[in-house]
Amino acid sequence: MRAPTSDLPVVLDDVSLGAGGTRLIDRASLTIAPGAPTLIVGPNGAGKTSLLRLCMGLAAPSSGRITWGGRIDRAPSRRAIVFQRPVMLRRSAAANLGFALGQAGVPRRDRAKRIASLLDRVGLADLAQRPARRLSGGEQQRLALARALARDPELLLLDEPTASLDPAATRSVEEIVLNAAQSGIKIVMTTHDLGQVRRLAGDVIFLLRGGVCERRPVGDFLDNPAMPETVAFLRGDLVI
Amino acid sequence: MADQATAWLLILSGDAALFAIVRLSLLVSLSAVALAALIAMPLGAILALTHFPARPVLVVLLNALMGLPPVVVGLAVYLLLSRSGPLGEMGILFTPSAMVIAQTILIVPIIAALTRQTIEDIWLEYRDELTAMNVGPLGRMATLLWDARFSLMTALLAGFGRAAAEVGAVMIVGGNIDGFTRTMTTAIALETSKGNLPLAMGLGLVLVAIVVAINAALWGTRVWADRKAG
Repeated sequence: MRAPTSDLPVVLDDVSLGAGGTRLIDRASLTIAPGAPTLIVGPNGAGKTSLLRLCMGLAAPSSGRITWGGRIDRAPSRRAIVFQRPVMLRRSAAANLGFALGQAGVPRRDRAKRIASLLDRVGLADLAQRPARRLSGGEQQRLALARALARDPELLLLDEPTASLDPAATRSVEEIVLNAAQSGIKIVMTTHDLGQVRRLAGDVIFLLRGGVCERRPVGDFLDNPAMPETVAFLRGDLVI
Repeated sequence: MADQATAWLLILSGDAALFAIVRLSLLVSLSAVALAALIAMPLGAILALTHFPARPVLVVLLNALMGLPPVVVGLAVYLLLSRSGPLGEMGILFTPSAMVIAQTILIVPIIAALTRQTIEDIWLEYRDELTAMNVGPLGRMATLLWDARFSLMTALLAGFGRAAAEVGAVMIVGGNIDGFTRTMTTAIALETSKGNLPLAMGLGLVLVAIVVAINAALWGTRVWADRKAG
């Protein structure tokens, strides 16, 4: 059953992450507290995915400290992640959700109802019995969102969930994300799409060379950036 | 040609002795596969999911044991089960039980080694998702074995093929006793040396047909299931 603990705020204190001699994250400090969605932008290789993996607890920092609700235990209790390429279990869409609900400690007798409501929430009710791996990219992405929501998270981490989707599929994913944010779930999401930043973000983190270059409310970030690197990035220059 | 005709005649007429031999062969080999699967699949999964210093040695050893000579296994089980052996009191030497034990030992390494490879591959794919869903070690093992179930059929087939085809182990621990421990392979060996080629060929044909039929059935299941489960 669910422990009555909270995963928020997530606090990164001077965190670095290295892999094979390169620094993916370089002495980043930030706090993720409840509130409007936080979007993470930055050039390729800036460390966006690494930052999400650290926040999820999938990667252990090589130095520095991460706490979730004040605890250093990395086991995820009230947080979930959707990877850029989600991996579906070799089962039906409904069974994928059933699995996640089981892992989240939802008793068997309540699962059917929860599965139906989750599928409904992401618009996949008609595809419940379809093998999850036979779904289209957009459908899999929505199923992955439902699977993450099945954990009843306080914090939902999304790694470019619309990167390879067409505009219609992107819109349905964004609607689910906004919906989740309105229901009180803290969203932290990476993106390449500045339009998406404008549509979804409460505040923005600009990541550069593994460090937090700038973090500001979305309006200030887009219209009145402080750092010259941010200005260049927003202008469409290649920032190295 | 005449021999082949006699062989087919034996099969088609449903010869009782032939039927009993086929039945025993299937019973022994399928029991061995079932028993070996129960031991080897968790073993393979554990080897795939854990890391400890002796692991590489075990993996190499397991792969090497895939080529275990049946007569050596037969001899070892014979020594264990013989009257003066450590398990002699069980009194099961020269019974089908002894044959099942020998074949199980023979195919555990095959199924375990193939399971380990399969589970290792699927774990690479599933690791992040299962970690993010906070799935514990036992849950991981069960999930991966279940999701790899169609690939693992190949491991079972390899085990069954080995068990059904071997003659050395069942000959030594079974004794090839007429109507009791005579299997298709031991009967073929015996009939050939007696010069009774029709029966030997009849048995040979049946053996090949059964192996083909079981492979076809499992392949069909896999295609069907693949379509269903993705």
